[in-house]
Amino acid sequence: MALKASKLTVGDVHTARLVDDLSRTQIVQYAGASGDYNPLHTDEVFTTQVAGYPSVFAHGMLTMGMTGKMLTDYVGDTRLTKYGVRFTSQVWPGDALDSKATVTAVTERDGKVFVSLDVATTNQNGVEVLSGYAEARVDP
Amino acid sequence: MAAKKFPVEAGHILLFARSIGDENPAYTDEDGAKKTEAGGIIAPPTFVQSSAQFDPDYFLRPKVGQPWFGSGKNPTGVVRTGGGGGGGGGGLHAEQHYEYHRPLRAGDVLTATTLPGKTWEKEGRRSGKLVFSESVTEYRDEKGELVVTARGVGVRTERPVEQK
Repeated sequence: MALKASKLTVGDVHTARLVDDLSRTQIVQYAGASGDYNPLHTDEVFTTQVAGYPSVFAHGMLTMGMTGKMLTDYVGDTRLTKYGVRFTSQVWPGDALDSKATVTAVTERDGKVFVSLDVATTNQNGVEVLSGYAEARVDP
Repeated sequence: MAAKKFPVEAGHILLFARSIGDENPAYTDEDGAKKTEAGGIIAPPTFVQSSAQFDPDYFLRPKVGQPWFGSGKNPTGVVRTGGGGGGGGGGLHAEQHYEYHRPLRAGDVLTATTLPGKTWEKEGRRSGKLVFSESVTEYRDEKGELVVTARGVGVRTERPVEQK
């Protein structure tokens, strides 16, 4: 499953569809599992009437979690060493998200080999919702 | 996030993995996980965020006998005075960074210790003045070894973020 350094080239791309039509129910599922019950994500009445948003919206961490699946499907289980993101736009119910990892470097450190990745997730309108990086240990 | 005891349980990992749409057997299937490189149930990369469940003071969880700012009879159960800004829920999440020191496994029992970091301000195009604050959380196992280091950045906005 793990990637091989000898088969990686800077500029290689891995993509995945994360979700087709994000449901409010999935956002509720994430709230329950993560313990982040901020009503902005699950309570339409509060979010529209008190907070002033057009509807509830996803936790940034749900987008980071779904994007993490794209990464671990690519680099393999137990291989990530770093993963960081900025949340650049909100994600709404009904959104379809696509994610992309791009190889930016393959480096050796303490006798181990690592791949550095640029990470981006965009919505159905091509708006970037998450931008970040990851590093994973790969086989030689 | 601060937790004296954050037990990493297979059932919790299953629920978390389902919620992010990832039914990888390494997260969801004890027998299947044994056949993966993980060799047993491990946690997905963002799982430590759910240590919120074990933080007694976590403010985004309703607590028995205390008013909750979400809707019930009224659109909000708490009348807020002054400040706080748009978003209503105590701000938005701007950034999250993780460093993984070893795989996090079902059966681990972690402590989470959070230290405040820098704060800074910026003028935002879509939401007025932005106040950013950083925190660093160290997740350690029962031997005191670091398992995950998490750095989060939250932002409070002056008004709700305008939509493009």
